[in-house]
Amino acid sequence: MITRSLWGLLLFAFAVLSPAAQAQSGGELHFCLHGEPKTFNPVLVDDEAAEQIRYLTGGVLIRLNRQTQAVEPGLAASWEISHDRRTIAFHLRKGLRFSDGTPFTSEDAAYTIKLMMDPQTHSPTGDAFRSGEGTVDVKTPSPEVVIITFPAAIAGLDQLFDQVAVMSAHSPKKEMAVLGPFFVAEYKAGSYVLLQKNPNYWKHDAQGNSLPYLDSIRMDIQRNREIELVRFRKGELQLINRLDAEQFERLRQNDPGVARNAGTGLDAEELWFNQVPSAPLPEYKKAWFRNTEFRRAISAAINRDDLCRIVYSGYAKPAYGPVSPANHFWFNSALEKPTYDPKNALALLTRAGFRYEKEMLKDAAGNRVEFNLVTNSGNASREKMAVMIQQDLSQLGIKVNVVTLDFPSLIERMTRTFDYDSCLLGLVNTDLDPDSQMTVWLSSGENHQWNPNQKTPGTAWEAEIDKLMREQASAPADKERKAKFDRVQQIVAEQAPFIYLINKDVLVAVSSSVVGTAPVVLSPQAFWNAETLRLTSGTALGAQK
Amino acid sequence: MSPSKLLRSTCAAFLCTLFLAGLFAGGVTHYSYATQFREAPNASPSTAHVFGTDGLGRDLFARVLYGTRVSLVLAPAAALLSTIIAGVFGSFAGFMGGWFETLILATADLSMALPLLFVLLALRALLPLNIDPIVSVVVTFILLGLLGWPASLRVVCAASQNLRNSDFLLLARATGCPRRRIILRHVLPNLRPVLLAQFWISIPLYVLTEATLSMLGLGVMEPLPSWGNLLRGLEDFSVVHANPWRALPLVLLVVVVISFQLILPAQEEIA
Repeated sequence: MITRSLWGLLLFAFAVLSPAAQAQSGGELHFCLHGEPKTFNPVLVDDEAAEQIRYLTGGVLIRLNRQTQAVEPGLAASWEISHDRRTIAFHLRKGLRFSDGTPFTSEDAAYTIKLMMDPQTHSPTGDAFRSGEGTVDVKTPSPEVVIITFPAAIAGLDQLFDQVAVMSAHSPKKEMAVLGPFFVAEYKAGSYVLLQKNPNYWKHDAQGNSLPYLDSIRMDIQRNREIELVRFRKGELQLINRLDAEQFERLRQNDPGVARNAGTGLDAEELWFNQVPSAPLPEYKKAWFRNTEFRRAISAAINRDDLCRIVYSGYAKPAYGPVSPANHFWFNSALEKPTYDPKNALALLTRAGFRYEKEMLKDAAGNRVEFNLVTNSGNASREKMAVMIQQDLSQLGIKVNVVTLDFPSLIERMTRTFDYDSCLLGLVNTDLDPDSQMTVWLSSGENHQWNPNQKTPGTAWEAEIDKLMREQASAPADKERKAKFDRVQQIVAEQAPFIYLINKDVLVAVSSSVVGTAPVVLSPQAFWNAETLRLTSGTALGAQK
Repeated sequence: MSPSKLLRSTCAAFLCTLFLAGLFAGGVTHYSYATQFREAPNASPSTAHVFGTDGLGRDLFARVLYGTRVSLVLAPAAALLSTIIAGVFGSFAGFMGGWFETLILATADLSMALPLLFVLLALRALLPLNIDPIVSVVVTFILLGLLGWPASLRVVCAASQNLRNSDFLLLARATGCPRRRIILRHVLPNLRPVLLAQFWISIPLYVLTEATLSMLGLGVMEPLPSWGNLLRGLEDFSVVHANPWRALPLVLLVVVVISFQLILPAQEEIA
């Protein structure tokens, strides 16, 4: 009996002293933005800082849950998409108000859509909705219903609304009146952005308490990641949204509890060969780069495990293909894991007519296989990878000249002069849906890097990818779209126009004073659930000031 | 021997030893500067790797030696090039005076006003990509030599102006000595200490400039080492904190620059 009482007492003490129990509403969360927000107008957002502010302040009709990667009702309690994927009808929640007290109605949703789709606005958010020629029809049959009809089918239509923060049609505060959990209270250019709790926010927790729990969020504008880390370690900041592998490892060694790995991310590092027919390269080189077996051999000769272990301290995974396993729905799990196999690489090259003699690889005409690998200067990880690839390929007798160029020179070569052999760069993925990668996969796309802006597909497999991408975009069911995009991934793995190298882990830092964090791979990784974050009592009382 | 002379001799001996070790690096170490021992990245000093290894597992001792060859052979070459340009144009400008001096000084000022980094960026972008790392490093130092003359020129020009108004040149002119002979036999020998000083000062300057360029990814191409790209590995202080031996190239660079500075007065005295 006494033992049971003691256990009870201990459990009670634990419950009282645990961080979750000590957490309370209120307080100010501090973290950094890595650049100046260029706008607070949600339809004009085009940079990471502004996007993070939009996420924290904007109310959206449909929200993509960053953890489950599924869409959830936001300002719209429900919605229907027509079979032709051109029309979406939203049924809005009743009785909601903007941060300044202005009532929210279907007129506001209609106003936002019209503004976003107006060509005069030049809205980057609107670009994703421009599916075809013609105008967008927006109807508001009642204050709670808005029906939007696009001129052509849009794939992943519901997910796209995650980026559309609804603006008030009538508020005198214009874009500063918001429907999200916070509103912009103060902004000092080059210094900080202060967000305060939106008193009219519509969400409540399971106990009926109003959200968000925090009173405010102060985001200091700080580009220098080292200073950010120092400030975090001093306790001046409570979150770091993205860390590189070296910073993360350093933090993990000193304070394992605060370094959090959210797992493999969406971003990939990749290498490609220049296959542009008009490129100012010798014909024999163009023939190598167009040869699928040559590209596959290069892929097999690169030791991706070493890249992950040495360059990223183990905080990366070998990349399978264009979609990271972090993209739960669209990743093709049937793809074979890339394996490091120099013998197979040499066999592929021999089959393609190359021969290895006197520690040199030569083509059938006797030309030594030598090419340049360009990447952008200033990216230490990428430069290390290039040097490791250089050594891997030297084992096959291939000479690689690593060249680092400043970014404008690199872009000039990639997009205009095409004067390069191969390139190593990273692909930043912010959207889960493959429709956002149309310009990469369509042979006519400007981001179809190995041979962009083609009038007609140069190869049969590119023609097949074009067809599949167009079909998936107009397919009515996600299952059908997935089957078609799986085939695209399969073709890319077989033809290796991009040689995918690694997917980096998403690494964040979260102070023990923040309760409720659950870092994810989608942006904003560390504070996607800001409305339910709480600070422990000492911090909440303003100890950080 | 006075303490200062002893110090200078020590510095000179250190520089000579380093120079020779760099020149005959292949005989000093059996490791290649490019081979990656991937099982041992950031290894601490041991009998296998005297200075340890870098982040990719390359032997740091071999890289320092080969980097010394690159930096200590090519930096003096670049310094010589810029000193010759500065010497020829500076001495003529100072001696001749008038519109010629104005033109040369204006050209020097214009060159100094050019943002060197952007000029190098543009020139690097114009170079073909498939060039050997050795060619790339030679080109880098030639560019440094060709672009680094204006500062030295102003010093040489000022020294030459002083000589133009000196009594012995007045005497030489009065005796009917031809202008060519005055320049070759009187002006240039008297500019020797200035030119030597400029040459010695320029060497550490070029070593540091190459280091800066490499820090920006514009200098010597991988896998060829130079002191510059060895210093790049120290961008992240945590690396140095965790692997203090990785700072050896930095220590070496500091000692070399100090050594050059310390032996400089000796040259002036000799002259």
